[in-house]
Amino acid sequence: MLANIGFGVLVVSFITSLYGIIASIIGVRKNSLAWVESARKAMQITFPLITIVALAIILLLVTGQYQVQYVYNVTSSTMPLYLKITALWGGQSGSLVFWAWLMSAFTTAVTLRKWERDREFLPWVILVGLVTLTFFLSLILFFENPFVRFWVTAAGNQVISMFPPAGAAPLIPADGRGLNPLLRHPGMIIHPPMLYLGFVSFVIPYAFAVAALVTGRTDDRWIRITRRWTLVAWLFLSLGLVLGSRWAYDVLGWGGYWAWDPVENAAFMPWLTGTAFLHSVMIQEKRGLFKRWNMILIILTYALVIFGTFLTRSGVLSSVHSFAQSAIGPMFFGFIALSMIFSVWLLIWRWQILHAEGNMHSLLSREALFLLNNLLFMGILVVVFWGTVFPLISELFTGQKVTVGPAFYERSTGPLFAALLLLMGIAPLSAWGHSTVKTLGKALWKPALAALAVVIAAFAGGIRNGWALFGFLLVSLVIFITLFEYFRGVTARRRRTGEGWLAALFNLMARNRRRYGGYIIHLGVVLMALGIIGIEMFQTETQGTIPPGGSLRLGRYEVTFTRLDIFDANDGRNVARATVLVSKDGRMVGELHPRRDLYFDSMQPMTIPGVRSTIEDDLYVLLVDWQPISSTGVTFKVFHNPLINWLWIGGFVFILGMLVAAWPDKDPQPVPVAVRRGQAIPSRSSGD
Amino acid sequence: MIGKTGLLRRLAWLVVLTGILIAVAVEPVSAQQPTPSDDDVNRVAKQMYCPVCENIPLDVCPTQACAQWRELIRLKLSEGLTDEEIRQYFAEQYGDRVLDVPPARGLNWLVYVLPPLFIAGGVWIVARVFRSMVKPSAENAGASLETTPTPSVAEDPYVAKIEEELRRREREGG
Repeated sequence: MLANIGFGVLVVSFITSLYGIIASIIGVRKNSLAWVESARKAMQITFPLITIVALAIILLLVTGQYQVQYVYNVTSSTMPLYLKITALWGGQSGSLVFWAWLMSAFTTAVTLRKWERDREFLPWVILVGLVTLTFFLSLILFFENPFVRFWVTAAGNQVISMFPPAGAAPLIPADGRGLNPLLRHPGMIIHPPMLYLGFVSFVIPYAFAVAALVTGRTDDRWIRITRRWTLVAWLFLSLGLVLGSRWAYDVLGWGGYWAWDPVENAAFMPWLTGTAFLHSVMIQEKRGLFKRWNMILIILTYALVIFGTFLTRSGVLSSVHSFAQSAIGPMFFGFIALSMIFSVWLLIWRWQILHAEGNMHSLLSREALFLLNNLLFMGILVVVFWGTVFPLISELFTGQKVTVGPAFYERSTGPLFAALLLLMGIAPLSAWGHSTVKTLGKALWKPALAALAVVIAAFAGGIRNGWALFGFLLVSLVIFITLFEYFRGVTARRRRTGEGWLAALFNLMARNRRRYGGYIIHLGVVLMALGIIGIEMFQTETQGTIPPGGSLRLGRYEVTFTRLDIFDANDGRNVARATVLVSKDGRMVGELHPRRDLYFDSMQPMTIPGVRSTIEDDLYVLLVDWQPISSTGVTFKVFHNPLINWLWIGGFVFILGMLVAAWPDKDPQPVPVAVRRGQAIPSRSSGD
Repeated sequence: MIGKTGLLRRLAWLVVLTGILIAVAVEPVSAQQPTPSDDDVNRVAKQMYCPVCENIPLDVCPTQACAQWRELIRLKLSEGLTDEEIRQYFAEQYGDRVLDVPPARGLNWLVYVLPPLFIAGGVWIVARVFRSMVKPSAENAGASLETTPTPSVAEDPYVAKIEEELRRREREGG
């Protein structure tokens, strides 16, 4: 019954979104406000409709309706309630429903804004939003219906279909197969929604870009409207990436945080173009330059969002993330191709009116440095895209699949990331319009000296790795420049207002959130870079089989195996849990419990490390294998990951900076016009 | 018919040949390294992937098949093969996909060549953009403001503030 209701509402959602598309097209052709309003209402109705569809699935999952194939595949009776709910995005069709639900929420939200000044954009924004939504609803309805059920025919054959074949009876399995063990981690509960939120919210700026192209209103209005949407999209995508890294570190048991897996890359690619876009739109806002480039970037971002979903959902590239595989690949491919053709055609059509409104005056101006920043982001994108799709191309042309592993990406992108760090330091010091070597040098020399002092201290402290020292130089440079910028701003404000340090800092940030939020983001990035330098340059590991009482040494650490407990947990898994004592420089510092869980329903193992975390490093112990204790003992793999926690701290700072930058402004207050030479202009601008 | 002497001669040859074969067979054993440690094995396995467990490096893959591969690596190390020889052995047996990066031959060259080409193309485009767009500011060029419609805002803080205020009003109006 519940499945039938869910399916029925799904069909209505699909028809409603189709109607919205038609209504918006008619609205444009007839220039009819009534039709456009009707399309807007259709879009707004999709949200409650798809909410009902999602709720129906959740109810089926929670109540253990195993005759529904999706419920059978992703839940089992031993799973706790919260996992049954989050199983909504634990499989293929549920994920697509979740995607569509978020999409409808965002597109509905955008239709609720005041459109008086941008009425001409409305039908096109609705059209793009609804075409994307309809595509996903069609995938769900025709290829990945989450409501199909098991039936047994009169002849005893098992059938999977939405409605029962003649004479068939429901087939109700006693229990489900359970959620993939890798997905039963708190990080994985939050990580997919964050990524999906990032993906769907990038559709909004793309929809406005298309509207701007179609209507010919190609000034920076569409950018100003979508600035906050873009920041929100970027916030969620970044959050998704950071949480995904943490999940990988905690669950995948290889001692790292990023494996350049195709599906990781799928989420990373739109982030790269989105980040380039966020910087590039500032040039258009400030200087009226790069209108074409901004269009290209947002079109690319949208295409990569769909491409990323395609990689994740189609299983076309096998990876640890490809839990769900189905035959929806060609549909995705067709949609990506069509949307690209349409976007490129629009771009070519409007190419001439997308001309720059000014010129650059200096190769060291901020806009010039932002352009270089964009070039570097695009360079990284090319490497990541090519490395991701090359195994497919190789298989297509030679029949032989190849592996493009982390070594390729690290070697290729390392110098580009280093150059980005350098630019991140220099660009905030350069002015819009014009900068010279002299002005930049004047602003740069003090932070550069301080950064050099850090490198000398690191060298004196025994670090001899040249690349690491270079990395420390860049990281410290950006940190000092950022702190210096804050210091300059706060002291200037204190001089003018007489506020205390904290009040001046708070007000400085509150009145120029975009700029100072951006600086916090930069600070977060360099702290993350510090963690990456630590683990990439200084990670050490050892592995060995030891009997009870035996020890493994790694640097200053010693890991002593004391016992191994093997037992059945009451949530459907067999647990092998080791106890090891950790000492550092001969002093006991703690006890760890690395373990291996074997889930009975899926018969999948999961390796959970025992980790001792400090600000300085992580000691990361994995239980690799065990034999009867009387014979050989237990095999452990031990990683020493210096500075790794700065990656997570940096991630936190990064998110904080984005919240500062994206925080909504208060409603604007009327400001008296009092612009006289020499009189300060009251400013609550979001700055640069 | 073979005579007794002939038989003895043949037996003698057989013994000599067997001795040589055993010596050849035993010789590598005498040259074997001490049993390689897990760390030695992982050093090689880290740069390899099992074709079954895609995208999971061999050194951390928990499956039985990968454990057997690691034992094979241990055996090869004990036979004195270098890391690269072992990688080549596996590539010959199971295909290039077991290697962590594609060997630079044939179509695989594209994976190494295309990104630098694209980046070089990007640099060229940016250089052209710079050349076509960079015009010296009015002050620097000694020209009048009419010839440079967008003067540097950094030059006059008063103008910058007014411009910023106007932009802010436009934004707030929207």
